[in-house]
Amino acid sequence: MSSRIFGSGIRRREDPRLITGAATYTDDLTMPGMLHAVMLRSPHAYAKITRIDTSRARQAPGVIASYTGADVNLNAMPCAWLPPNSSLKIAKYPTVAVDTVRYVGDIVAVVVAETPEQGYDALELIDVEYRPLNASLDPQKSCAPGAPQLHEDVPSNLAFQWTVSGGDVDAAFKNADVVVKERIVQQRLIPNAMEPRAALAKWAGASGELTLWNTTQNPHILRYLTSVVTGIAEDKLRVIAPEVGGGFGCKIPAYPGEFLAIFASRKLNRPVKWTETRSENYQATTHGRDHVQEVELAATKDGTILGIRARSWSAMGAYLSTAAPGIPTILHGLMLSGVYNVPAIKEDVYGVYTNATPVEAYRGAGRPEATFIIERMVDKLAAELTMDPVAVRQKNLIPKFENGHSVATGLTYDSGDYPGILKKLLDHVNYEALRKEQAAARTAGKIMGIGVGTYVEICGLGPSQVASAVGFQGGLWESAIVRVHPTGKVNVFIGASPHGQGEETTFAQLVAAEIGVAVDDVKVVHGDTETTPMGWGTYGSRTTAVGGAALVLATRKVKEKAKLLAAHLLEAAVEDMDYDDGKFFVKGSPDKAKTIQDIALMANLSWNMPPGMEGGLEASMFYDPPNFTYPFGAHLAVVEIDGDTGDVTLKRYVAIDDCGPQINPIIVEGQVHGGVVQGIGQALWEEAVYDANGQLVTGSMLDYALPRADRLPNIEVLSTVTPSPHHPLGLKGIGEAGTIASTATVYNAVMDALAPMGVKTLRMPFTPERVWRAIHAGGKSGGN
Amino acid sequence: MSQVAIIVNGKARKADVEPRMLLVHVLREQFNLTGTHLGCDTSQCGACTVLVDGRSAKSCTIFAVQADGSEVTTIEGLATDGQLHPLQKGFWDAHGLQCGYCTPGMIMSAVTLLRDTPDPTEAQIREGIAGNLCRCTGYQHIVDAIQLAAGRR
Repeated sequence: MSSRIFGSGIRRREDPRLITGAATYTDDLTMPGMLHAVMLRSPHAYAKITRIDTSRARQAPGVIASYTGADVNLNAMPCAWLPPNSSLKIAKYPTVAVDTVRYVGDIVAVVVAETPEQGYDALELIDVEYRPLNASLDPQKSCAPGAPQLHEDVPSNLAFQWTVSGGDVDAAFKNADVVVKERIVQQRLIPNAMEPRAALAKWAGASGELTLWNTTQNPHILRYLTSVVTGIAEDKLRVIAPEVGGGFGCKIPAYPGEFLAIFASRKLNRPVKWTETRSENYQATTHGRDHVQEVELAATKDGTILGIRARSWSAMGAYLSTAAPGIPTILHGLMLSGVYNVPAIKEDVYGVYTNATPVEAYRGAGRPEATFIIERMVDKLAAELTMDPVAVRQKNLIPKFENGHSVATGLTYDSGDYPGILKKLLDHVNYEALRKEQAAARTAGKIMGIGVGTYVEICGLGPSQVASAVGFQGGLWESAIVRVHPTGKVNVFIGASPHGQGEETTFAQLVAAEIGVAVDDVKVVHGDTETTPMGWGTYGSRTTAVGGAALVLATRKVKEKAKLLAAHLLEAAVEDMDYDDGKFFVKGSPDKAKTIQDIALMANLSWNMPPGMEGGLEASMFYDPPNFTYPFGAHLAVVEIDGDTGDVTLKRYVAIDDCGPQINPIIVEGQVHGGVVQGIGQALWEEAVYDANGQLVTGSMLDYALPRADRLPNIEVLSTVTPSPHHPLGLKGIGEAGTIASTATVYNAVMDALAPMGVKTLRMPFTPERVWRAIHAGGKSGGN
Repeated sequence: MSQVAIIVNGKARKADVEPRMLLVHVLREQFNLTGTHLGCDTSQCGACTVLVDGRSAKSCTIFAVQADGSEVTTIEGLATDGQLHPLQKGFWDAHGLQCGYCTPGMIMSAVTLLRDTPDPTEAQIREGIAGNLCRCTGYQHIVDAIQLAAGRR
């Protein structure tokens, strides 16, 4: 049975409640006496508040209270990733703006009312006078002389300056036959979890305890940060993540909204709910990316890469969100080698305050940007040397390795077979034939492009000692408790907090495979700090890689104890015991076996235990991984462009990924599909656009172009299996892989299509207008 | 306040509503049918899709007073006699959902799609659900799920 459960694409147990409307998301919760908080947000990107008067709002029907910055005595919002040696300057981030607003969406006042509608009506009655200031949006310009300064204590708006360096970069460029250069704009993106953010705070005045329901990816971190911001002791705080409708990074950080709901609940001693509208989500829930990079790659004339030199300006928005500084630095710069031998690397990263929504992790978080740099530069090198892009890749790929490969940035990749996966891709699509097809299409007047992208990503974050070394203000281990009840049914309690990834199913598969219970006999409990052990959350493709390891090792502890008890009950020596598929027996006598269920009952009854053995059948594990995991892959895209309109059609997309052994292949496939499409969205359609005054022009789903079903082909998903040498089951993680690969892959395909017209560079997203202009301007296109 | 009478999932319901109240809010807040979700405020995402008089409609584009006298089916009313609707089963079998937030609206849109086009091609399905946004699945398993349901009916 066990071998069938691991690796089987069984249906998800999450689904019955989700397909019938029975699931409970945060905004679905109501309770007696519940009030609604709504936020007045700044319409200006940068302004002084010269007067604010809430007196009329307080008289409005249904309004219970209103608060401005002067009324709210919460501590400042925390920043919890402090990259070392970066001259980090954390500007004060108040939950409610006191005298200055710094982005459109900054909270200016809170109204608490009996209904949300009454609250929104009352917002109209708050009088605010602003003195607008010049806003600064572009990260390069914002740190240049003369730019408006956002925070008094942060000259030049420079939040941090961080450098990654390895090998002799100067020598690499001195010895180069060829240097290719590119200016890359990683445009700002809006994560668009389909469930907007929401919080419900319930203060129990009599006991001084607070419960917070919140749509979060990491309830335990949120409890910790809530304690810091509100002063409520952690043991009196319970954070529950109910059903969470997607995260993609934007539900990692703490936000003012939940703290203000808590503040109001404490003040009024009533439950207070806050749910953002989608417009608020676009303005004030964190965005992703927003980097400008100037990159050079040095190579010899036969296509051997010698080094990369880059400078990156990362817009951080108006304040530093919880984990934001770690993303354009640690998670980005350390991965610049990609899958290649790159002997020398140097990148200077400037984090810059801008009058925009704070940025945070967004699916891939730093790694798509790193992959984009190397994959783009490899294609540029190929074009410069008139080589096939695949040939340049093959020349520089790190050879197959099974247990550790060190790269110039100091990381040690765990295992990989990059030549193997690229070959599989080329064979699958018959690359030579595809290029011939392209040549024929071009002769026939069609604009067709083929793009290849390879990647390796760092995930399974990560060893806690490394977390400390890179300034992450938390641990990065995960936890699991496995409890076998008298009837042999199992509860698993995990600190991680899945929200769509399907671990209620895959983790049950892991336990079932380890101790031979039926998969339906395992229930996975998560998302409640009161009932689950501490854990650091679901992001960075770490839940299976780290939490899964904790679970497997906890289950093995249970199995070990079960074996000891079985030996005692069978009056045998432990060394003589054997195990198969949920049964423990003396070697050679499988007919006289004790099942895991028999043992669970006896352990819970504790009528006849070996000397010194505790009752019950339960184990816990806090697993700190010895290294990160490094999934990898090779993708290919085929595009066709309408020369009359500039419209790009994605004709074909092939994804071959290696995340190690797969617990449930259909869930892996789903992760790849979703990830790939998010990356395609960045290449072709998505961008958060601000005007020069800092107004978000793409302020609704009407204006921000999300991928839709009718614009996408079926994605061909294949895989290879290279186990991680350090994970107990070899698992690596798959949540972000698709996004990390697909933006560069589609970008390369479009540039390949446009190459005959002399277009050498172009800014994403590839809107029809931009592509049409590039086609018509040819080699004279403005590019990035 | 106006009183509206709506047959919701086969049961006659009444509610007192402000003229500005949207159908989705009445369903969620007064009838406690929270399976219908709100994903945007511009009628783009389709998470709030329900059946009004048998056809898919975004319940955020309809005032509750407009639905007076109508018959509304929400995701909670789709299964009959404890049996999942073929689309619900299709979504489950084909892994047509991840976080599940868009799913009720996606399924309710597909109901009309399959009513109008019982044997749809992949392209017809993709076009049919283009008014519903999903950020998790990349749509592919949703297309599979609808195809599966179409084949089983």
